[in-house]
Amino acid sequence: MSDIKANNLPSYLDQAPEVKDRFDRLKQRPVTLEVKGLNKQFKGLAGPVTALKDINLKIHKREFVCVIGPSGCGKSTLIRILAGLEQPSSGQVLLNGEEVTKPGPERGMVFQGYTLFPWLTVKKNIMFGLIESGYDKGTAESEAREWISLIGLEKFENSYPHQLSGGMKQRVAIARALANRPKVLLMDEPFGALDAQTRAKMQAYLLEIWKNIDITVFFITHDLEEAVYLADRILVLKANPGEVQEIVEVPVPQPRSPDQFLSPEFLATKQHIEELIHPPHEDDDGDHLNLVRMVHVDDDVGSVF
Amino acid sequence: MQLIAVNRKLEPGRRRVVALMSFILPLLIWSAVSYLPFMWHPQMKITDPGSVSYFREDMLVDRDVFDREYQKAQEAETALPDGDRANPVYLPAPHEVATAFVTAFTTEPQRRSESWLHESLWSSIQVIFWGFVLSSIIGIPLGILAGTYDFFSRLFEPFIEFFRYLPAPAFGALAVAILGIYQAPKIAIIFIGTFFQQVLVVANTTRKLDPSLLEAAQTLGAGNKSMLFRVVVPGILPDLYRDIRILLGWAWTYLIVAELIGTSSGITWFITQQARYKNFDNVFAAIIMIGILGLTIDLLLAWIGRRLFPWQREEK
Repeated sequence: MSDIKANNLPSYLDQAPEVKDRFDRLKQRPVTLEVKGLNKQFKGLAGPVTALKDINLKIHKREFVCVIGPSGCGKSTLIRILAGLEQPSSGQVLLNGEEVTKPGPERGMVFQGYTLFPWLTVKKNIMFGLIESGYDKGTAESEAREWISLIGLEKFENSYPHQLSGGMKQRVAIARALANRPKVLLMDEPFGALDAQTRAKMQAYLLEIWKNIDITVFFITHDLEEAVYLADRILVLKANPGEVQEIVEVPVPQPRSPDQFLSPEFLATKQHIEELIHPPHEDDDGDHLNLVRMVHVDDDVGSVF
Repeated sequence: MQLIAVNRKLEPGRRRVVALMSFILPLLIWSAVSYLPFMWHPQMKITDPGSVSYFREDMLVDRDVFDREYQKAQEAETALPDGDRANPVYLPAPHEVATAFVTAFTTEPQRRSESWLHESLWSSIQVIFWGFVLSSIIGIPLGILAGTYDFFSRLFEPFIEFFRYLPAPAFGALAVAILGIYQAPKIAIIFIGTFFQQVLVVANTTRKLDPSLLEAAQTLGAGNKSMLFRVVVPGILPDLYRDIRILLGWAWTYLIVAELIGTSSGITWFITQQARYKNFDNVFAAIIMIGILGLTIDLLLAWIGRRLFPWQREEK
């Protein structure tokens, strides 16, 4: 962090004209997903716990929104409510103006744990949703084949999930969700379990897919760089209770590429969010190791330095 | 290479040898007790009764009885009895049991109404089969329902939980009164012994299905019926299959009790009959046959299972 702080970065609020122009146009697009006055309480051991408090949010068509926040900020609860897997205590979620009450194929979801059906081959996993929506087997199969070639797994169409690597599994999971032609793709830390290289590849894949398909993406992550790299806007949540802290418009021009990781806008945005999530002065919350020196006095190596 | 190490598999060659040892060791102990005269052998087999009035050739007497009579004969200076050390009649030697494996099948039944060994075995297999199949036809669907829906879990499980503590043989007299004395009450005992455990075991297995698979299916648009038949059932199939293998083993343990109900039949009839004739080599052969039959069926099912569920990660 220190290397960023020392220099004089522009403010993350400064937007180049083409970026500003893009955001203006983006905001003209119809609202795909709207969250209105959303609250969620859980019954905890010591009385009710507020997981989410008064969340308001409008996501426009084909926008890419990332959600970031400290652990316990309720970001997983939020995406589960959007998916319809959990019910809000109060407030509404609207998809194209219609209230969301239960899970449905128009909101595809990709989980961190892949959740591919282990008893189905890659092809049949992708066919699952298509058959649920009433496609006959032949059509579903040819649709699935197209998705398989899109994610480049033609050689694996008859493989079972346990034969695939983590990155391949997640590609299948994305294809399976997209095959249903959802309006929104909900992604709950989808690349969290992948190693750094695979993760970078998957991010590039996802941006490529997003560019070419009419899809709005709602993406949860705990990785700052991932959020800045992928998102149009970043929803920053704070914990206890989970509230919107800020919605950051990312000033990094589209289309994105890994070269932008060191651009001033990128670093400025990253630094700003870093400060939002880890406030510089509230760092000392007593959560540090209480270690005394435990090396023998006449040890050969007195100090590791 | 250490033989005994935590969390480390033996090399394949050694594993096979050690697995073989698990059969050879008991056999060695049995052989030692049978063939080494100084190991146990608490009785004497008379070869020459001498002057002892009640000794007969080939008669088995306890060693202290023999010693006493021998001493008496010595003191009276009459003909001395002679004999070899022997094991009691209920512990035949391995080779005798091995022979009995063949002769049990080739020996004609003593009376015309009695059945051959293979007929007895076949009768036992049928009892197990029908008891287990009937139980599975009802028990597996109920178990899956109870594991999937809380409603059915609350509705079925408390009563079944109570009922499974009632020992199946306790229903023997009732089963005979209702179903007669032939095969039906025996099948009923296997059913009672299996069914209640089966519902609970299957329900538990169903509950262990990864709930995120159900959530994934929901977000893909699966309705209630699809969730049950396209996610729950295929999702638990390998575990269900394993449960059934284990439960089938339990069903065999109820077999002997079940066959004593009404008219004794099947392998149990053979065993009790042979014990009555003191053909303990046949008794041992029959008991070992049950073990071999059970193990063979289980290995066969395991082999089929590996082919039925190719998506299961190979266990190494």
